[in-house]
Amino acid sequence: MAFKISRAFLAAAFLGASAFTASAADYKPENPECIAPANPGGGWDFTCRQVGKSLQDLGLIDTTMQVVNLAGGGGGVAYAAVINKRNDDNDLIVAASSATATRLAQGAFPGNTMDQVRWLAAVGADYGVIAVAADSPVNTLTELLDQIKNDPTSVSVAGGSAVGGWDHLKVLIAANAYGIEDVRKVKYIAFDGGGEAVTQLLAGSVQAFTGDISEAKGFVDSGDIKVIAVLSPDRLPGEFSKFPTAKEQGVDAVGANWRGFYAPGNMSDDAYEAWVSKIGELYASDQWKETMAANGLAPLDLQGAEFQEFVSNSVAQIQSISREIGIIK
Amino acid sequence: METLNSLADGFVIALTWQNLLLALLGCFLGTIMGALPGLGPSNGVAILIPLAFTLGLGATPSLILLTSVYYGAMYGGRISSILLNIPGDEPAMMTCLDGYPMAQQGRAGEALSLSGIASFVGAFIATWGLILLAPQLVKIALLFGPAEYFALFTLAFATLGGVASTNQAKTAFAAAIGIGLAMVGVDTQTGVPRFTFGEVHLYDGIDFLVAIVGLFALSEVFIFLENKHGSSDAAGKKVVIGRLMPSWAVLKQCTPTMLRTSFLGFLAGVLPGAGASLGSFISYSMEKRLVDKEGTFGKGDPRGVAAPEAGNNAAAGGALVPMLALGVPGSGTTAVLLAVLLSLNITPGPLLFSQQPDVVWGLIAALFIANFMLLALNIPMIGIFTRVLLVPPRILMPIVAMVSFVGIYGISGSSFDLQVMIAFGVAGWVLRKLDVPLVPVILGTLLGNAMENNLRRAITIDNGDWFALIDSPLSLTLWAIAITGFLLPIIIGKVFKRRMKMSRDQESSTTD
Repeated sequence: MAFKISRAFLAAAFLGASAFTASAADYKPENPECIAPANPGGGWDFTCRQVGKSLQDLGLIDTTMQVVNLAGGGGGVAYAAVINKRNDDNDLIVAASSATATRLAQGAFPGNTMDQVRWLAAVGADYGVIAVAADSPVNTLTELLDQIKNDPTSVSVAGGSAVGGWDHLKVLIAANAYGIEDVRKVKYIAFDGGGEAVTQLLAGSVQAFTGDISEAKGFVDSGDIKVIAVLSPDRLPGEFSKFPTAKEQGVDAVGANWRGFYAPGNMSDDAYEAWVSKIGELYASDQWKETMAANGLAPLDLQGAEFQEFVSNSVAQIQSISREIGIIK
Repeated sequence: METLNSLADGFVIALTWQNLLLALLGCFLGTIMGALPGLGPSNGVAILIPLAFTLGLGATPSLILLTSVYYGAMYGGRISSILLNIPGDEPAMMTCLDGYPMAQQGRAGEALSLSGIASFVGAFIATWGLILLAPQLVKIALLFGPAEYFALFTLAFATLGGVASTNQAKTAFAAAIGIGLAMVGVDTQTGVPRFTFGEVHLYDGIDFLVAIVGLFALSEVFIFLENKHGSSDAAGKKVVIGRLMPSWAVLKQCTPTMLRTSFLGFLAGVLPGAGASLGSFISYSMEKRLVDKEGTFGKGDPRGVAAPEAGNNAAAGGALVPMLALGVPGSGTTAVLLAVLLSLNITPGPLLFSQQPDVVWGLIAALFIANFMLLALNIPMIGIFTRVLLVPPRILMPIVAMVSFVGIYGISGSSFDLQVMIAFGVAGWVLRKLDVPLVPVILGTLLGNAMENNLRRAITIDNGDWFALIDSPLSLTLWAIAITGFLLPIIIGKVFKRRMKMSRDQESSTTD
């Protein structure tokens, strides 16, 4: 391993010396590959494919980004595989999101920590929403939380992640901020994905939905559900600006499902910088702004060291919430 | 009439040379992917997404290519079921039950063309259903809450008895093994890993495809190794290909079956929590209950081939209803298609039909085109497919083993899955020795998880009140069907068997 690293360093040094403008962005991945740590069709898969397509459209990579689906363990299989087998691969990036941070925080990737990989950059954030059916008597977040406070058994909240997952934590963050003492009493029903959870809200099986704004968008447009709170610091831009934030209703809760990438822990600095700047360029492009707008992604402009720090903060935050509600000890 | 006009517009969009070629390519690749064990429709579609992007295709042509692959794979899955007794994908599992016995009786060509026709009928009816009923059908999906889904899954298990074996106890045992295997993985209702032994690969549970390929394909190889070391009796069995097309009498006999099961399969496809596997399974077991008077199902009855094939292809069409109209995938493949739609900046959902009619109707027209193409492509190729049977087992079996390993490794790229597959292969061999049917094991694994989750969701929503399960007219109806389906064969079966025995005794006494 040590030999390989030093060889990579030598090669990098040689390349750097041979080029007059020794900019890191000169590194061009020959076989760019993106691991989506889930089956095709999910958010990570979408992140890989969309970013791969846009990078190629913008001419930032020469060949098509190969997307590999390495499902299992809620991303844990891919995480372990990258650390154990691909640790010095310069052409590899891996899709990640708040779910990755949540699992890292809760120790759900046995034996792995967030320091074992290099965090590259974010490509946007999907702010959490809490919604009810259009014909529900509830109109504001405080009304819903009051109901939960008075009789936790009367409100079932549906979400697309497992218990302890990010959709669940978002409700708990809101409930906690509202002063509900024992948040474990909040009745959360886990479904297989946000789509199924919304369907059950429409069917009337549950009273509220917690998920991402992109999952709710189509149903808001059609007037089937109403969003009673967005868990963002300020109102979102564009057509989403009509949704009230939790903050302005006096519930100080923010929950963003960020989407981004990490890279193998021993990726060379040159390659790392190159990927960071490529994704940064992508992020700044008009094409990506359109993609974000179409999918309800809100801005989250973090690259390189800043992103690394952001992830580490969110891991710490999730750890403390999870401990509070007793998911981890 | 507005619908028909929209459909005509759809055909105008779809009928260009480029789109027709794409559909042909998709159908061809899809059929092959479906036939290879391990590669199912969802992988097939996922593999071709980069192709669609690289070719720089627009929204409609991409969708045409990918849905042709989807329909093609649903067609192709039956080929290996019939010829090798190895399902090409999950929904094709039920086709093994009668398809393989038919092939052994020298009716492989007939089984293949019949199943091709059944697939066509199922997909054709489902596409019409999609056109005429999509907006209304969404309401059916909304009738199903957790309690109703639980009743539906119970119905599937209640009618399981005798589907795959004459011994009910063994069937129940096999189903229990399957449900037990479904427990492995992180429990979504509590977030706690169960039976994972700290192995991160097991957190998401056992992959059905790994289980299927192990249980069916590898155990087949093991049985071969055990029986035919060397080449002593490998050439002993004479292979007959027989006629390639079913006779009119057979077709006529199967027509009501195909129509009924297309309808059932379509409904199962529409429900986001059910899917094509449940569709083909319910189709088969219902049809067995309805028309199997002589006990020929499972022994090479053509209707047993037509039923699951019409059912699962109709379910494939049905699954597009919630995907397009709700943005909720009804199966793994529609989840992939949904991701494609999103990356093409199309937001599926209640407004898709009014906001982007050209995409929807272009897609529907493409489904029709793909369907006709598949029929035209499949029937002449049956002669080629059946040649597989002429390949001596000593050559065929190593190929089966190789395809299994490559296919499973290709899904996730991890050698852990290969080990699990081998374990399943050994388990399958043992179960076969004990004459325990394998189909209920897979069904248990496939449906057990969803069944458990829905039970617990229903109970949690109603704060631990078990009466929640029989709270709506729909769930009551489903329970009634489930209970009748379970009890009726036990009661009637005995009477029936006694009568059969009596009449047989009389017959034999007269002939003597």
